[in-house]
Parts: sequence; structure tokens; C-alpha cells
Amino acid sequence: MAERIEPERYEFTEPARYRFDLNRRQFLEATGAGVVVLLAARPGPAVFAEGDDEAQEDRISAWLHVAEDGAVTVYTGKVEVGQDIRTSLTQTVADELHVSPAVVKLVMGDTDLTPYDAGTFGSRTTPQMGPQLRRASAAARAVLLGLAAQRWSVDAGTLSLADGRVRDASGRTIGIGELTAGERLVQTIDASVSTMPAERWTVAGAPLEKVAGRDIVTGRHRYTADLRVPGMLIGRVLRAPAFGATLASFDGGAAQALAGVVVVRDGDFAGVAAPDELSANRALALLRTQWTPAPSQPSHRDVFEHLKRTGSGGRPTARGSIEAGLAAADERLEATYATAYIAHVPLEPRAALAQWQDGRLTVWTGTQRPFSVRTELAQAMRVPAEDVRVIVPDTGSGYGGKHTGDAAVEAARLARAAGRPVRVVWTREEEFTWAYFRPAAHIEIRSGARRDGTLTAWEMHNWNSGASALRTPYDVANDVTAFHPSDTPLRQGSYRALAATANTFARESHLDELAARVGMDPLAFRVRNLSDARLRAVLVAAAERFRWNDWSASTGRGIGIACGTEKGGYAATCAEVETDAARGSVRIVRIVQAFECGAIVNPVGLRNQVEGAVVMGLGGALFEAIEFEDGRILNPRLSQYRVPRQSDVPPIETVLLDRKDLPSAGAGETPIITVAPALGNAIFRASGIRLRSLPLVPHGLQAG
Amino acid sequence: MVAGMDLHVNGRNHSVDADPAKPLLLVLREDLDLTGSKHGCGEGQCGACTVLLDGRPVRSCITPVGEVGARPVVTVEGLEREGELHPVQRAFLEETAMQCGYCTAGMIVAAAALLDRESSPGADEIRRALEGNVCRCGAYPRIVAAVERAARVAAEGGRG
Repeated sequence: MAERIEPERYEFTEPARYRFDLNRRQFLEATGAGVVVLLAARPGPAVFAEGDDEAQEDRISAWLHVAEDGAVTVYTGKVEVGQDIRTSLTQTVADELHVSPAVVKLVMGDTDLTPYDAGTFGSRTTPQMGPQLRRASAAARAVLLGLAAQRWSVDAGTLSLADGRVRDASGRTIGIGELTAGERLVQTIDASVSTMPAERWTVAGAPLEKVAGRDIVTGRHRYTADLRVPGMLIGRVLRAPAFGATLASFDGGAAQALAGVVVVRDGDFAGVAAPDELSANRALALLRTQWTPAPSQPSHRDVFEHLKRTGSGGRPTARGSIEAGLAAADERLEATYATAYIAHVPLEPRAALAQWQDGRLTVWTGTQRPFSVRTELAQAMRVPAEDVRVIVPDTGSGYGGKHTGDAAVEAARLARAAGRPVRVVWTREEEFTWAYFRPAAHIEIRSGARRDGTLTAWEMHNWNSGASALRTPYDVANDVTAFHPSDTPLRQGSYRALAATANTFARESHLDELAARVGMDPLAFRVRNLSDARLRAVLVAAAERFRWNDWSASTGRGIGIACGTEKGGYAATCAEVETDAARGSVRIVRIVQAFECGAIVNPVGLRNQVEGAVVMGLGGALFEAIEFEDGRILNPRLSQYRVPRQSDVPPIETVLLDRKDLPSAGAGETPIITVAPALGNAIFRASGIRLRSLPLVPHGLQAG
Repeated sequence: MVAGMDLHVNGRNHSVDADPAKPLLLVLREDLDLTGSKHGCGEGQCGACTVLLDGRPVRSCITPVGEVGARPVVTVEGLEREGELHPVQRAFLEETAMQCGYCTAGMIVAAAALLDRESSPGADEIRRALEGNVCRCGAYPRIVAAVERAARVAAEGGRG
């Protein structure tokens, strides 16, 4: 299946920042004994040939191994960054293989051990990797039952497998590990293996304690920044004073004179490695440099004009005629919306530990795309990809922000120069400055509706931020949408839900204004124009739980509603706010969030993702914004860039719709998209002030 | 550099050679290999580095080790006793009050300090006490629920 890559994943197509020299070495990978099930993403030869290369890698999407002691190990290129797929995939395998989750271990995101995977992004693990592992588990179960049937000379159909043991009609049992003793069976399967329907799930669909949670609460889990290997040095990288500046002169003599310090200069890259963190900081401060500044660059104040002015291309998708739709309307509305650049602020900054051994490079790093980081490393260091191993320890979050291998390349370059392993951990300022941002958006909408509430025209353009959720889910006969890429002054890339947040904010805010024009309740207006049954269902579920129709107005209070769909998930938010125009304050009184993503795999994890998305969404909705000027970030610290804290979080009720009849979709992203418009609409109803930019109230509530 | 600085961490004495200005967090992580406490911001804003100093929560990333003196330090690694989790640790697991877990150590230490001070805090008091601890994954409601659960369990019979 061809993967659709959204245009706003700008970081995927970035050129490499650095390219260095090095040489090569070969490696081979081994598989263990026992039953091995290889899962082909696409149909192909039935036998797996060891040592086969990229084409083979491309076809095998996961493998699963049942060892002689009955332990089940699953190898997947997906990574754990807090979305808790380590738990949900464990549940999936345990469920289908009929073993206890306790015997299932997931090896994730290790380019030597796990099959190629494009990356953990786009809410694809649950809809794609989940069913694949289920098929691999079902195939393994069939192999095990076959082995038992052979051993006992009975028909496999008379056997059952439960809790890791095969049982026959007479009650005789044998552990699945004993069946595989002494044998090594390799089976390759494809998508045709049938699996249990969701109605028959027992382990999946029920709560399970977070796998590896105990290591987290005890502090034992080692994130990349916690790793150390013998002889390891601490690396720091020299940063330009502003984006686009180039290194004109460099003198590392004073730093080099410090005990145990290695200084590296390679083109525009320079850095130091030292025995400990304080001496690395000292050495970095001793580098003498001169920079050639880049030409003047837009600031956060004038960037939206810049984005519109430099926008180009963008093929509109259209149906009907906008002019005809507008002519048929009783009310017409045009409005412009904007969203600021914001930062992911993963609490674990980017980090990598690089180690060269016999010409082969191993890098531990927190990334959502281990295989593309391997490619990035191979290109930058000029070594064959097979000489590079990337290992991803469970990581301190990403939200789409850790798709690139910046810290990995830096650590690898320093380690090669030092001849010793080097660990690089970005400071918070580096993370705020040298990572990439959620793209800013300039959005224009033109629409029309009849007085009876029928939407007749919808034209929407997004500059720079992306095309996700750009098409309206509402019924409208005349509709044009287009995404126009622009010149961005800041490095930008994927962020949880991509442009769906900006586009849903603009659309749902605009619909509210239009509803007011035609004198309809915002919920009734939406329902009137919505035939998508799943979206209607979450909208109505949120409104019912919120008691939308029973709400009675009081001074300074307002309610708002919004809905949207993206990546197979359906979300709706109702919010109540209290505003005080004189003091400029906005307080969120409560939020109800409804979400539907097909059959629920892990209810606890799902609720956690939905709540988390709402909380993260509050930040971008209300106050988060990157400020910048002339290639400098003006607020690159947590004391200057506000993120949601306990006191920002209102009571949040989540309504999860479990559709066991529908395939499971991911849930890490989509619940975030409806938060901002629901809040903006509630603020309007409370105060009469219509806010069309995100963040809505960075400096308190101010008119227009 | 001060040679042989005595530190009392998690009930054990350590002798550390370090610049007195070196942040306690770095000493814990680099010199004692206690990596449970995390670096998040370096300016005392995120709380991931929270440890107990003389029973009170402090930001170890902005606490110079030279100021610690003889006062006992407790990190997340010191909360577990003979394989038995602290009630707050257990409650965080039971409520799944975490996603990526990077803030969890600091959060648990700050919550443990609160419960030492106030055995049955209300939700607002919990939120106030944890205002300085950022959970970027947004598990805040669950974190409050976990601290409430830990307080309940402690009231019903302490550890155990």
C-alpha cells in the first residue's frame, strides 16, 4: 500500500544539514530459534532469504518469535514516545496468540533487529501495525497448533490454545515453548491471514497496566539522555547567533587546551566533546567565532503577510461553482484566520549517544523515524546504511517533533573526531531554536448560506501550514479548497495532527459566524449540513453529555462547539468559558470531548491520549506562540514560552464511542483539532469578541 | 573543585569530587549515576529534576551541590523500599498517570513531598503543589487522581 505523505511534513524533504567523510563495513543480522513468523506488507515470495536487502526490507513489516521457553518477542520498527503503543500492541499480540501479556516482549525501533518502518507518525500504528501483528500472531498460533497436532497425531481442529498452552479434547496440555523446542520454523505470511473480530477480543479492548510503567515510576527506565557507555564524552554543538548565519572565522585553540577536550570544525559545523558536562560547556564558551549574518528576515509580527505574498501554486479541488453558490446565499461571509508557529516542547530534549566500533556506527537516539535517521547518518557520515545501527529507547515524547536525526548526526560527527563515544543532549534553548516548528497558517474563507441554514458555498485557502482536514466535511454543493506552500522564515515540520488544527479552527470558527448570520444555533446549523454519520454521532454525543441544549446564558459565560475528522478519527468538543472583558481574563469552566476511532484497543490508553490532546490543544489555542525576529527566537525558554500547567486544565469529560464494527484508527492526534475552535466560539458567545488568530488570548482577552 | 564532598543521598553516604557550583542534578546523574531525575529546562521551570532536600521539594537543576551540605537528598530512586513501591508510585501506575514518563519522576517526588506535609490534600491543593511540574503529554487530570488515590491508600494503612 502506497503511503500518502502530507505536504506539510516539511522536515521529510529537507536537505541534509551536514555531510561528512568516513568508511565502510558490512554486517549481517541473525534471527533466533523457535517459531518465526515474518509478516509481508505486500504479497511476495513465501520464503524469507536472509541477507536480502532493501527490497526484502521493504516487504517485511514485522516479525514475531516464539522461543523455546514460551517467550514471545515481537519486532517492530515502531517506537514508543508516550502514545503507549508498547502496551496496545502487546495487548493485540497476547489477544490473538492466546498468551498472557506478561510473556510478550516488544523490541521496537532498532534498525538491526526490527524490519524497515517509515516511522511512527500519522496515527498509523493502530490501523496498520496493529492488524499486521494480529495476523502474525494468528499465523503463529496456527503453526503452534499444527505442531501439537503432529506431536499427538490428532486433528489440529480439535485443539485449542489458551494462556500459552495447547489443549486437546482429552484435556492433555503442552506449553507452546515446549512445542518449538529444537525446531526452527520460519513462516512468511501476507495480509490474507484471518484474525478474530473485535467482538471476540479479551485482552485487547480492556485496560492493561502500562507495559514498562514500573520502570518509569521508579526512575529505572533509561531515556537516551540517561544512557552512558564506557569512555563516553559529553558533546556540545556551536550554534549560529541567527538562522542563516555562516561561520566566517573560527578559533578553537583555547578550548582545545582544556584537559580531555576535543574540538571539531567541519564546514559550518563546529562542536566540542569533553569528559563531563561542565567542561563541555566551558569549552564551548571558549570557541572564538565570527559569523556572517544572513539578510533581514520576517518577524512574528509581519510573517502572515509574508506567507501570503510568497505563496505559490496549490491545485484547488473544486466541485460546483462558488459564484453560483454565493449568488444562491442569503448571507455571505469572508474572513481571514491565522495560526502562529508553535514549538513541540517535548520534555525530553533531542538527545543521541553515538559510538563507533570497527568502523560501524551505533546511535541511540529518541526519534520517531529510526530508519530515516539511519539514512540521514549514512549520508552525513558517508558510510553505507548497513554500517549504521539506530536504536530508539522509549522516548520522552515527540508530538511529530522528532522525525529528524539532528542530535544523532552531531553526536556521530563528534564521536568520530574524538575516537570515543559521545552523547549530545540539547539544552532547552537549543530545542526551542534548532528543532522545527508547527508551521504558521494564513487562511482565507469565503462562504454563503441560505436563511434556512443550508450551506451553499465554501471556499477555503491555506497558506503555508498544510492541507490536512482542508476539505470541508459538511455537505455543500459548491466548494473550492486549496493549499499554497509559502516561503517560511522558520524551519517547520510535522506537529501532532498537522494542519488539521489550523484548518479545523478556521472552518469551525467561520461556521459559527455564519450560523449567527442566519440566526441558527451553532449545533443545529452544523447538524443541518452534516450527513457524515460518524461525525454527526460524535458531535451529538459531545452536545448531549455537555447538555448543550439545556444551557442557560449568564453574564460573562459562553459555550462553544466544534467538530472535525482526520486520519480516521472523529472528534467533537464542547467548551464553556467565563470571560471578564474589563480584566481581560478567560477561564475555561469545563470541556466535553467526544471521540470515535473505530474499535477501541486500549481504553485507558485511549482516554489518556484524548485528554492529553485536549490539554496540549489548550496551549496552542490560548497562549502558545513562538516570537522571532531577524532569524532569532525571542522566547526560547520555558520561562518565556508558556505551556499548559495544572491550573490551566479545566474539568475534562471524555466520551469515547466504541465502534466494534469498524477498524481501529489511531488516536494520538485527531482529538486535538477541535479544541481551539470550541474555545474561540465560546469566548465569542461570552464576550462578543470574535478571535480569528491562534493563540486566542496570549496577552489576555482583547478585542479583535 | 572540592575533593571529597560528603553527600547523603537516598539513605547512603557518598563522597563526591565536584565544583560547588555544579548543579545537584548533574552530580546525581553524572557522579552517582542516579538518572531518574531528569533535565528538562535548566532553569527550574519544568520540575522534571525535582528531588527532596531535607524533605522539601527543590529543583535540583538550579541547586548548587555546594549548598546541599549535610542535608539528606531523596530522589525517585529512593522512594521504593525493598522492592515495595511508594504509595504515590503505585498510584501513578494504577491510574496510568503518565504517557512518555519523562516528567513522572519529578512529579512523583513533588507529590510525595506534598503527602508528607499534608496527608489528605484536596484536588485544588494537589494542583497548586504540582503547578511547577510540566507534563507536556497533558496527563494532569490523571496525576491529580493518582495523588488522591495515594492519599486514600496511605490513610487506610500507610505503605503496604
